Amino acid sequence: MKAFTTLNGLVCPLDRANVDTDAIIPKQFLKSIKRSGFGPYLFDEWRYTNYGEPGMDCSTRPLNKDFVLNQPRYQGAQVLLARDNFGCGSSREHAPWAIEDQGFRVIIAPSFADIFFNNCYKNGILPIVASSEQVDSLFKECLANEGYTLNVDLEAQVVTTPSGQSFSFDITPTRKHNLLNGLDEIGLTLQHADAIKAFEQKHQAAQPWLFA
Amino acid sequence: MAGKTLYDKLWESHVVHEEADGTCLIYIDRHLVHEVTSPQAFEGLRLAGRKPWRNSSIVANPDHNTPTKDWDKGIEDPISRLQVETLDNNIKEFGALVYFPFKNKDQGIIHVIGPENGTTLPGMTVVCGDSHTSTHGAFGALAHGIGTSEVEHVLATQTLVAKKSKSMLVSVDGQLGKGVTAKDVALAIIGKIGTAGGTGYAIEFGGEVIRGLSMEGRMTLCNMAIEAGARAGLVAPDEKTAAYLEGRLHAPKGDNWTKAVTYWSTLKSEADATFDTVVVLNGAEIAPQVTWGTSPEQVLPIGSTVPDPAQEADATKRTSIENALKYMGLTANTPLDQIQLDKIFIGSCTNSRIEDLRAAAGVAKGKKVASNIKLAMVVPGSGQVKRQAEAEGLDKIFIEAGFEWREPGCSMCLAMNSDRLSPGERCASTSNRNFEGRQGPGGRTHLVSPEMAAAAAIAGHFVDVRSA
Repeated sequence: MKAFTTLNGLVCPLDRANVDTDAIIPKQFLKSIKRSGFGPYLFDEWRYTNYGEPGMDCSTRPLNKDFVLNQPRYQGAQVLLARDNFGCGSSREHAPWAIEDQGFRVIIAPSFADIFFNNCYKNGILPIVASSEQVDSLFKECLANEGYTLNVDLEAQVVTTPSGQSFSFDITPTRKHNLLNGLDEIGLTLQHADAIKAFEQKHQAAQPWLFA
Repeated sequence: MAGKTLYDKLWESHVVHEEADGTCLIYIDRHLVHEVTSPQAFEGLRLAGRKPWRNSSIVANPDHNTPTKDWDKGIEDPISRLQVETLDNNIKEFGALVYFPFKNKDQGIIHVIGPENGTTLPGMTVVCGDSHTSTHGAFGALAHGIGTSEVEHVLATQTLVAKKSKSMLVSVDGQLGKGVTAKDVALAIIGKIGTAGGTGYAIEFGGEVIRGLSMEGRMTLCNMAIEAGARAGLVAPDEKTAAYLEGRLHAPKGDNWTKAVTYWSTLKSEADATFDTVVVLNGAEIAPQVTWGTSPEQVLPIGSTVPDPAQEADATKRTSIENALKYMGLTANTPLDQIQLDKIFIGSCTNSRIEDLRAAAGVAKGKKVASNIKLAMVVPGSGQVKRQAEAEGLDKIFIEAGFEWREPGCSMCLAMNSDRLSPGERCASTSNRNFEGRQGPGGRTHLVSPEMAAAAAIAGHFVDVRSA
């Protein structure tokens, strides 16, 4: 996994609540057996005016000019500003894969759906929960100022605006450590292989039918 | 000290290791696998030179990409076919307890075949790279959807890295009226608490109505827990749970059965257990539900009218209503029972079990699908469900009424195969998500119960099944 330490990135505001993972990456792209290449299909139905198919060359597809991701001022954005319950619905990890492949490393929203939130950490994306008031204020500043960037410092757990205002965010120490160091979670878990084996033996003795 | 909840008991009995910040390694008993979210996980295992920790925990089956008709033609879309063949090859290489390849007589939706083969049992932890894994909580199993990285993690370590959720009790008291189903209860709960109401929680469903539900009904309810934002829904096991499981292929046998049933009887929240949040609904007040928008929380009882955004004070909610009405092609204040339909879909991991099909057939029997309905399809949840329905003559009832009787699979719940809505088409669907484009780009989905879907097929528009 890619490590995340600090980022000073352009912000793209997506002003919709309950953005679901079907909207983030539509089902036809889930037929891929690969883990990469989903970026051009991110928000496919909102982003293009024609129907997207896997393998399509997106550089020649007609764009929906009204969609934020297509506006020149947000090209190269690395911070996605979103509304409540971002990433709800399907567990598809293709959603964070597409977001990361598009170049986003941070998502800021008042709330996230649980599975999506968890999937972000597995892919070097930092999801930040901020208060509704804070998010409102970021939306206003971002829309009013072209080239609006945010500075995100994971070690300090602080987001700083261009005017120098800042707010802190929560993250569990385990997630922070893994993200800062880009650690392979499976490798870490396998350090507990003896504990897993011991648990398994005890569990099997108590409920043998689970192992039949 | 307060007594333990069912969730506490399930969680505590699976903790392998705990970090200082509460992050735990949880042992996983059952790993359900389908073709869409597993290829990258198996590939990761292969690249790292790892093997599955315990391949006898795996129950696998393709369901999302498989066609629901013309099985003799195979899977026409080469990308879909490759994904299904990739699962075949991965299971061949890594092994599984149960694998039903495409066209096997028992193949079906993973959340239908797990329980019907007795591979979902009370007290288990169950995961799958699929958000509707919450379904299995109907058995008093701690079951939730995971991402593909976690699929690989479970394959390699038999554990999941997780933190304990908060607990919520949703108690549905009293009795349901005639024509009101588990689906309506699920939608009414989501309408009350919202699609983010359960975020961060494991929900236990309790109360007289829940105790009265069949196992099929409990599966419908727990299936939709994720639509309320909760990764896991739970119903405490009881005699109905044991009666459903007894004799199934992988259910415990002999002495183990007796021991298991004794253990399962301890899997309930203590009378003095406390929950972080308690929500109470009165079953008698729940009417058949219809979603009108593009989120499952945008739902109302039949008899209502489409909401008017001008009446909504909150700006974000007002925008959501406006967006939804625009996408759905609906006008504010239109009575729900005047909404004309194009297609009907009865199926999905929410509502494709035998009881769902019996209920829908009961409404359709002796009647005809309305002439404005372009397609009404019934997709059983599995080969077993299909055979049972055919043995009861339900297929004939549907076919005579003008429904198509299909082969099992996920089908038009998410339209990954060729079953889908065309842009602008409006569908009464027994599935679980009415998101934009879910059933096909530009398609308009209204979520309802099987009875309501069948009644809508006959009328050509929504009707109150209680007076249909």
